[in-house]
Amino acid sequence: MSAATPRLARKQFTPLRPKKSVGLTVVMLLFVVYSLIPLAWLVISSTKTQDALLNSFGLWFSGKFAFFDNIVWALTYEDGIFVRWLLNTLIYVVVGAGLATILATLAGYGLAKYDFPGRKVVFGVILGAIAVPGTALAVPTFLMFSKLGLTNTMWAVILPSAISPFGLYLIWVYATDAVPTELLEAARVDGAGELRTFLTISLRLLAPGVVTVSLFAIVATWNNYFLPLIMLNDPKLYPLTIGLQKWNAEAVGIGAQPVFTLVITGALLTIVPIVIAFLFLQRYWQTGLTAGGVKQ
Amino acid sequence: MTTMSAAAPQVAHERRRARLKTRLNLAGAGFVTPFLIGFALLVIAPVLYSLYLSLFRTQLIGGTSFVGLENYTQAFTDPKFWSGALRVLVFLVVQVPIMLVLALIAALAVDSGRLYGRSFFRLAIFLPYAVPGVVAVLMWGFMYSDRMGLTGYVNDLFGVQLITPYTRQWILTAIGNIVTWEYVGYNMLIFYSGLRSVSTELYEAAAIDGAGQMRTIFSIKLPALRGSIVVATIFSIIGSFQLFNEPNILKTIAPTIVTTNFTPNMYAYNLSFVGQQVNYAATMAIIMGVVTAVIAYVVQLRGSRQEF
Repeated sequence: MSAATPRLARKQFTPLRPKKSVGLTVVMLLFVVYSLIPLAWLVISSTKTQDALLNSFGLWFSGKFAFFDNIVWALTYEDGIFVRWLLNTLIYVVVGAGLATILATLAGYGLAKYDFPGRKVVFGVILGAIAVPGTALAVPTFLMFSKLGLTNTMWAVILPSAISPFGLYLIWVYATDAVPTELLEAARVDGAGELRTFLTISLRLLAPGVVTVSLFAIVATWNNYFLPLIMLNDPKLYPLTIGLQKWNAEAVGIGAQPVFTLVITGALLTIVPIVIAFLFLQRYWQTGLTAGGVKQ
Repeated sequence: MTTMSAAAPQVAHERRRARLKTRLNLAGAGFVTPFLIGFALLVIAPVLYSLYLSLFRTQLIGGTSFVGLENYTQAFTDPKFWSGALRVLVFLVVQVPIMLVLALIAALAVDSGRLYGRSFFRLAIFLPYAVPGVVAVLMWGFMYSDRMGLTGYVNDLFGVQLITPYTRQWILTAIGNIVTWEYVGYNMLIFYSGLRSVSTELYEAAAIDGAGQMRTIFSIKLPALRGSIVVATIFSIIGSFQLFNEPNILKTIAPTIVTTNFTPNMYAYNLSFVGQQVNYAATMAIIMGVVTAVIAYVVQLRGSRQEF
């Protein structure tokens, strides 16, 4: 009987719907704790006054609940420069990531579905570029841009973000499977132009892949640090990431005004929009990756 | 007469096909051209410009002059460059395997269907990827500090200096922890997506053959993930060689521990923007780019060779 029980249990739980494991869940909870501890620390710290921040245990509330005071302070400090940084970031994300997605989608689709001469060479060169470290390009790009008078303008951040070889690669893989060549031929027989076919038929089929690429591009531009760091001098053009680091440098600098609370509250305000966007869109992200992308 | 009438439509047909081919070539090129223009200006041109710059040197007396490969020989004998290069290599060899194994374990656990609330786990572990690198470093950087974080309290609790991230011995580990935190969820998602695309029939067949959970993992799941593992490894290698954000931001907190040549990228950055030595910085960028590309290529080759 005792030998039969586990065997019975095994039959009920098929390999596709196995038995839930408390042990595994607990082990994985440790993983989640690791992932969430810094975020918990950030949220808790953003409720503290500077004094409490420096003199209390990091993972519990202490002293006066200064959350709203801190937010008001962060948003109004230096004539509301933080709001300016937020708007800049939005511009960089919308234009930069938008262009990156459009260009990668058009080119990935073109490479996947049209057999024009030189296609293989083009594809090889672009794939090779994925391995080129972005920071290796940064110094010469900066020098080129400074000759053209583009440094310290928004274009200096937007233009380099607009080219995403990895995005092109994802779309190429996705389009190969998701857009049937027969469908394109049928549209041709019906006399539809190539661009019209793309806009009315192919784009719809490519949608999950396009969302995936746009999410990667959004995260990359929202989190961009190195490029704006070297390209921009004027704090009025900074994105959030550079602005926060500026505040941080002020906070730890010698004889500086200790503005740790400002850095912490600013950091919280920086991650809230992207985390929300993320939670809403992760479903699509998942689909795009599974269907094509990194599957190989 | 009969031969003519048969040939005429065929010629017309061929002409139409040729015209269609031209039209398709034009359309294909049209789709790709906007990207290619940007690519040529923003990727190819900087690479070529870097190569050009690396062959010159600017001196206070005499101005800019052609020096051939002198910058390269200088770099190869520059201890400041080597100490940084060695540091990222150590980082790469230790941090990347730890992160990828953790990501793999998490992906297998989430995919196994044996967790209570599996979408919660997937989301929570993936969430740090959404956090900007700057914010991640600031959070950990503060938590590492004596005054407002956690390490000070942990040390007080034990009465000894148990955790000291801002010391020469531990700073690289402290950075490794931040990088792992940032990217373990991203890699988990890549692996998880790979696992999702394994046909469920394979699992059923394995179960019928009496394969247990572990056997299924080693015989079906891991082989199926080979492609994803290669991709994740290549991206992690590229990331390690580019190591910049984390040490550069921690530098504001611990300026004496994190030197200006802590990583090759930081060295190149400081050479060009603080030292005005753009030619030498370009040389360094090229060396690191070539090394990265070669290692990525070798990994790719080895990874795909095992597949056959």
